Amino acid sequence: MQQNPSPSEPIVSLRDVQKSFGPLRVLDGVSFAVERGEVLALIGRSGSGKSTALRCIDRFEKVDGGEIVVCGHRVDRPDVDLRALRQDVGIVFQSYNLFPHLTIEQNITLAPCAVKGMAASQARDLARKVLAQVGLEEKLHAYPEQLSGGQQQRAAIARSLAMQPKVMLFDEVTSALDPELTAEVLKVIEQLAADGMTMVMVTHEMGFAKGIADRIVFMHRGKVHETGPASILTSPTTPELMQFVGTGNLKS
Amino acid sequence: MGGHLNTNHLMFLGQGALWTIGLSMIALIGGGIVGFVIALARISPLKSVRLASAVYVQLVQGTPLLVILFLGYFGLAAIGLQVSPLAAAGASLTLYVAAYLGEIWRGCIESVPKPQWEAAEGLALSRTQRMMKVILPQAIRIATPPTVGFMVQIIKNTSLASVVGFVELMRSGQIVNNSLFEPFAIYAIIAVVYFAMCYPLSLFSQRLERRMGRGRSNLAPA
Repeated sequence: MQQNPSPSEPIVSLRDVQKSFGPLRVLDGVSFAVERGEVLALIGRSGSGKSTALRCIDRFEKVDGGEIVVCGHRVDRPDVDLRALRQDVGIVFQSYNLFPHLTIEQNITLAPCAVKGMAASQARDLARKVLAQVGLEEKLHAYPEQLSGGQQQRAAIARSLAMQPKVMLFDEVTSALDPELTAEVLKVIEQLAADGMTMVMVTHEMGFAKGIADRIVFMHRGKVHETGPASILTSPTTPELMQFVGTGNLKS
Repeated sequence: MGGHLNTNHLMFLGQGALWTIGLSMIALIGGGIVGFVIALARISPLKSVRLASAVYVQLVQGTPLLVILFLGYFGLAAIGLQVSPLAAAGASLTLYVAAYLGEIWRGCIESVPKPQWEAAEGLALSRTQRMMKVILPQAIRIATPPTVGFMVQIIKNTSLASVVGFVELMRSGQIVNNSLFEPFAIYAIIAVVYFAMCYPLSLFSQRLERRMGRGRSNLAPA
């Protein structure tokens, strides 16, 4: 992948980010950074603010305070160029959100053609390429409803990849899937990590986070409570993470 | 006075029935075009546009169609504009239908799940692209059964155009009755003709709705 030669600049950085929904303070001074090629896992209980933090990166939520810089875009500013930001950032959701009226191929080619002005034939080649990456070449002409949940999620990842983002966000992408389908999606994400994709993922799969993440950010009550390499999952220093890892293991 | 119902009378009623269909088409097409604009205006990012369209909808929905028809015909005449019964009825029905279809379609657009908007946004599509390529194709599917159902209302409401002298089915029935004076028989015929126009549409709408119900369970993931 060709990118500007500024290895010291993080791809994503949050500094003292504040966000409230009404009286509820969801993010209370959150700071972390993601370097190029790094895989960061955001973990924590429901309501800890991890999904909100992720959504702020792509500006699906506006922050109340603090600074967010993503691929050079000042996301916290009201004048941020959203379409430029979202060409640099790919996001995959828990509920896949494929477009049900379009085939898998059309789902994938829609944005490259409409946003980047790519020629239709070139976009179709690209669709084949990204579907091969997620192991779904044979589903090119299928409609989303004809696919299993795991296949739909892999197609959604392919759709995102087709925009050649500089960073990928994953928002609990396996939470709606049973263990078998979860495994096939996680395998795809592992391959992306091996290929050097920068990724931020909110996940409940502790085993997966341990295996793939370069860094873990454990959120608790809207704050970054503990952060460090994946090894903090096996030897947590705070009682909250200790307790969370205990319950997290029970879940899977 | 007197005499019996003959072929000429039936021909006259038939012509009236054709005008009922014609006026319904005018109302559907005109109201559909204006209604589409209303639906988009109701969900506009601009507050003033949302407000203006909401006021329009409330005004029209809060006014009897009969009053709108009188305003269209006599009101315009009072300020010196002579309009034909067809123009007055067509314009009044267009405004009326637009307010209802606009609201029906707004509901359909908004019932496309919000994550679909977000997914389209996440792919950097512009607002217009999101609307045209992602939301509207799904909204049209949802909108088809209620729109066909509403056509029944349009057909029945065209009967009110008789009050401004437009000779559609209802008015032609009145005219035939003036010469035969057999109100029960004549209005029974009229009722049957309206029913014959509306009932197939009702059935069609119900069938569309059932088919959609089956389709949707497959559409919504987890």
